[in-house]
Amino acid sequence: MVRMSLDELYKEVILDHYRTPRNRGRLDPHDVKLERNNPLCGDELELYLNFDGEDLVGIAFEGKGCSISMASASMMTEKVKGLDVKQARTMAESIKRMMAGEEPGDINELGDLVSLKGVVKYPVRIKCALLGWNTLLEGLDEVP
Amino acid sequence: MSLDPEVVRKDFPIFETRMRGKRLVYLDSANTSQKPRQVIERIVEFYEHENANIHRAVYELAERSTAAYEGARAKCAHFIAAPSPRSIVFTRGTTESINLVRYSWARANVREGDEVLVTEMEHHSNLVPWQLLTQESGATLRHLPVNDDGMLRMDLLGDYITDKTKLVCVGLMSNVLGTINPVRQLADAIHAMGGLILVDAAQAAPHMPVDVSELDADFLAFSSHKMCGPTGAGVLYGRERLLEEMPPFHGGGEMIREVFADHSTWNEIPHKFEAGTMNIAQAVGLGAAVDYLHSLGMDSVRAHEMELTAYALERLNAVGAEVHGPSDVDQRGGAISFNVADVHPHDLATIVDQEGVCIRAGHHCAQPLMRRLGVPATARASLYIYNTREDVDVLMGALEQAKGWFA
Repeated sequence: MVRMSLDELYKEVILDHYRTPRNRGRLDPHDVKLERNNPLCGDELELYLNFDGEDLVGIAFEGKGCSISMASASMMTEKVKGLDVKQARTMAESIKRMMAGEEPGDINELGDLVSLKGVVKYPVRIKCALLGWNTLLEGLDEVP
Repeated sequence: MSLDPEVVRKDFPIFETRMRGKRLVYLDSANTSQKPRQVIERIVEFYEHENANIHRAVYELAERSTAAYEGARAKCAHFIAAPSPRSIVFTRGTTESINLVRYSWARANVREGDEVLVTEMEHHSNLVPWQLLTQESGATLRHLPVNDDGMLRMDLLGDYITDKTKLVCVGLMSNVLGTINPVRQLADAIHAMGGLILVDAAQAAPHMPVDVSELDADFLAFSSHKMCGPTGAGVLYGRERLLEEMPPFHGGGEMIREVFADHSTWNEIPHKFEAGTMNIAQAVGLGAAVDYLHSLGMDSVRAHEMELTAYALERLNAVGAEVHGPSDVDQRGGAISFNVADVHPHDLATIVDQEGVCIRAGHHCAQPLMRRLGVPATARASLYIYNTREDVDVLMGALEQAKGWFA
């Protein structure tokens, strides 16, 4: 039973992204670079974005943090790369709604990201899951 | 007299609570301690039989509440071997005690060109007030370094304590590393230069005998809630001579002698520093906590924690955890910070929580020290009078599980 509830948090796809993060590293040159952290827990994230017009054509991250924060950031980079600014913003808002315990909207659109839903049952970890997404939303405001 | 933690445990009602159906393994006492029945019942008794405002009314009930409050002050004085209850100021806790010294003594005495010395291992509550003070006054804030074993670089003292140093601010026991710092040596060094020393005893007071004369401390601060007492109460000890000279901290009722339209005169110490209605029941509860710890004996408390800390360190090493801070239990208390390879402290804390184990994960209000250690966060298990070897064993089992998740 204990195992079951932890299974909801540490889903295989999350552990996979934590062990083998996608788009990890720095983009040089880059249009936008943001450094953000969760001051209470020490998770740190650097996010790099490159745009072609309104399209998010490059995204990468560096950071130190727990499995939830790093896996969420990794999944995010895979998911939003190639989207335009409006689509990326919509996706980030969906994830934030999901973390607030609301209906995220189109589940099919979210794909693997639905695996983050288990985090909702661990309220103190929600900010871990949202570190990347909140940073992305700020970065999207800086599109050149 | 040796301490039997299984007997002590029975004094703490919270251990009747099950966590996810399991024994509650509380390993976060450096954060806040649990409360024994003796303290909880004393607070209830106060509210049911003695409650009135203190020092203000002539009726019998107010005499009782004042006696309870002032009795707690006398107990606190005795607890740290202070020469008189007059040297004990009640505050909300260590943070307020330190800020009192900042606003009252330091604002009047630290000027541009002076230096204030802290250490690299200070809790934010004994660092940020001094950042604010030095920024405001134009004084310089310096940080005595910590070596790789988590000990202060006492070999550098000559460079860091000079005739410019007005105040040394140091924790007696580190909340992250557990290190017990050589406070007397620091006190001797700063006194030779004509400066003062403020001792943050928030971590030490609950766990070991503290004697302000032995330490030769000018100021010493501690909190009720980490030593079996309620939240909302704490103590600032100050030498009477200093407290007499210091301007007030907060202005308001009770701290005055006479008030005129445009000025006032101040009450005698310690009341000069206790403006407004204080946390009376909490101070009384702190007095009961002091009684409780005295009944166990602080030497016994320390001996129990040394024995259990040695056991925990041995087990942590065996599971391959990287432990920060001194390995010699003579030089440290029972706050043990560690990292387990490949498992972030947050994940660790979430996973062991499934086994009913409470540990802290994060920077423990010591971000500069985290940078010094080169880690973004650590896990911390901290031991107290009610912890047993079984608690440590449950933690170790849970750590093995955590490693399994991320292997």
